[in-house]
Amino acid sequence: MNTQIEAPPETAVLQLPPETVKLTVQNLDFYYGSKQALFDVTVSFAEKAVTALIGPSGCGKSTLLRVLNRMYSLYPGQKAAGQVLLDGEDVLSSRVDVATLRARVGMVFQKPTPFPMSIYENVAYGVRLYERLSRADMDARVEDSLRRAALWEEVKDKLKESGLSLSGGQQQRLCVARGIAVRPEVLLLDEPASALDPISTAKLEETIAELKRDYTIVIVTHNMGQAARLSDHTGFMYLGKLVEFGETEQVFTNPVTARCRDYITGRFG
Amino acid sequence: MTLAAETSAAATPRRRSAKGAGFDRAFEILCFTAATFLLTALGGLVVSLAIGGWPAFEAFGLRFFTTATWDPVRDVYGAAGAVTGTLVTSAIALLIALPLALGIAIFLVELCPPVLRRPIGTAVELLAGIPSIVYGMWGLFVFAPWFAKHVQMPIMMSAEPGSFWEKLTTGVPNGAGILTASIILAIMILPFIAATLRELMLTIPAQVRESAYGLGSTTFEVIRKVSLPYIRTGAIGAVMLGLGRALGETMAVTFIIGNAHGFPTSIFASGSTIASTIANEFAEAPPGLHSASLIALGFVLFVITFAVLALARILIGRQANL
Repeated sequence: MNTQIEAPPETAVLQLPPETVKLTVQNLDFYYGSKQALFDVTVSFAEKAVTALIGPSGCGKSTLLRVLNRMYSLYPGQKAAGQVLLDGEDVLSSRVDVATLRARVGMVFQKPTPFPMSIYENVAYGVRLYERLSRADMDARVEDSLRRAALWEEVKDKLKESGLSLSGGQQQRLCVARGIAVRPEVLLLDEPASALDPISTAKLEETIAELKRDYTIVIVTHNMGQAARLSDHTGFMYLGKLVEFGETEQVFTNPVTARCRDYITGRFG
Repeated sequence: MTLAAETSAAATPRRRSAKGAGFDRAFEILCFTAATFLLTALGGLVVSLAIGGWPAFEAFGLRFFTTATWDPVRDVYGAAGAVTGTLVTSAIALLIALPLALGIAIFLVELCPPVLRRPIGTAVELLAGIPSIVYGMWGLFVFAPWFAKHVQMPIMMSAEPGSFWEKLTTGVPNGAGILTASIILAIMILPFIAATLRELMLTIPAQVRESAYGLGSTTFEVIRKVSLPYIRTGAIGAVMLGLGRALGETMAVTFIIGNAHGFPTSIFASGSTIASTIANEFAEAPPGLHSASLIALGFVLFVITFAVLALARILIGRQANL
């Protein structure tokens, strides 16, 4: 027996090689009013890879996601301090136009949120904001997006019908299609499968695996299996801090920190 | 042991006393009575209006709707003037109130600093509760003179003689007329529509708005393309209810519309609405054709209002299917 037990480190954050990095968060603090929700988070997201953020409810994963596209700035009283570098440019700077940033950093939410318009228009909506496409080009873009989101076959004959008429799983894939139609560079997924049945979840996971070839993806999930299956890197957060970050295989099979090990082995959370 | 206990419980199902079942029946009947009471009252109202107004319909036939002569001395009555006045004032009022109400609602929900949100929201709701006679008095004593001096006069002076604009704006510059009444009506229905639109906008799920922002939309694009379509159904209802109120509004309009019978010739001319005509004349009208004509007017107003609300229902139903 090993008598000389070395205390495991409190935190363990892998530094990625800079040339592979798309998005970097540096020393990020975040506040909901006077309540601090993120503490000095530093983490990098690799280009054309999936990064999973895991951790118990309220640990700040979704908050971190909402900083990356400045969604928090819709709400007065929420503020971030630190840096978020997208291709080296600090997106938290007031010089950056929020709308353009969000077109570059897309987001899909927990619950499906189709807009009150037709399936076609749902997908075309975001594209129209930034591009003038001919009818044929728009048709092609819509079809391509729906195909990538694994929804095309199910809706190709009813593109004129309301997006609200689809089932929950279809609506969520519609939201993914809508998100990728604008060709963002980064796609943020906030528990995208939490409201879906297993079959829809499997389809969505296939979609994400497919999208990885073109996009930098950050996914928040409560589903350990999903994180392990989908991601290249995994970050474990706890009480507003990034506790462990590394290659997914390492984090799941050989976590360095005690907290992460306890969480992954199911001792808490 | 527990299994045995469960089986014995299942063997003797619990029974309600017969009294309980009897009360349930009585409860159903009570609710049914309450529901039918309103329908019965409404039916009675329509029938009595139709019967009361029948002599007028019989005496003038279609002319009751197509002529604007309202002459108690010769005992000749036509509703066209009052009907037109009603429709025109309500339409102008809605035209003024709707954009303002939208602006108020959007400001309160999307743009207003949180400190001001509650006070302004509450103020808007309180305004909706001010009695119409207060609006009427203010309109006659304060607004109409101001309006005559600072709006009506300059416009009439600047209108080129013989132009369409001149025809549209002729009238006595005393402030009492179609446009003034419309503005007062707009102010009256504005709080109601604004408060309702605000409530509707608050029902839009945060994630739907965030999704729209998340695609790179500006605030204006989110509101125009996502928020407003989202509340479309309810908004139509709110607008129609506001229109319903404008159509039937009596006191404020009676104060300020000028109460001239006949077809309104310009937006500054004095006119009358159905409600103002009834309010002005009902007490003095002798039994006979005059009374019958006023009741017939009431019947027409009922039909118009009913049609507006029915139209709203149809529109809402069509939207709901989308």
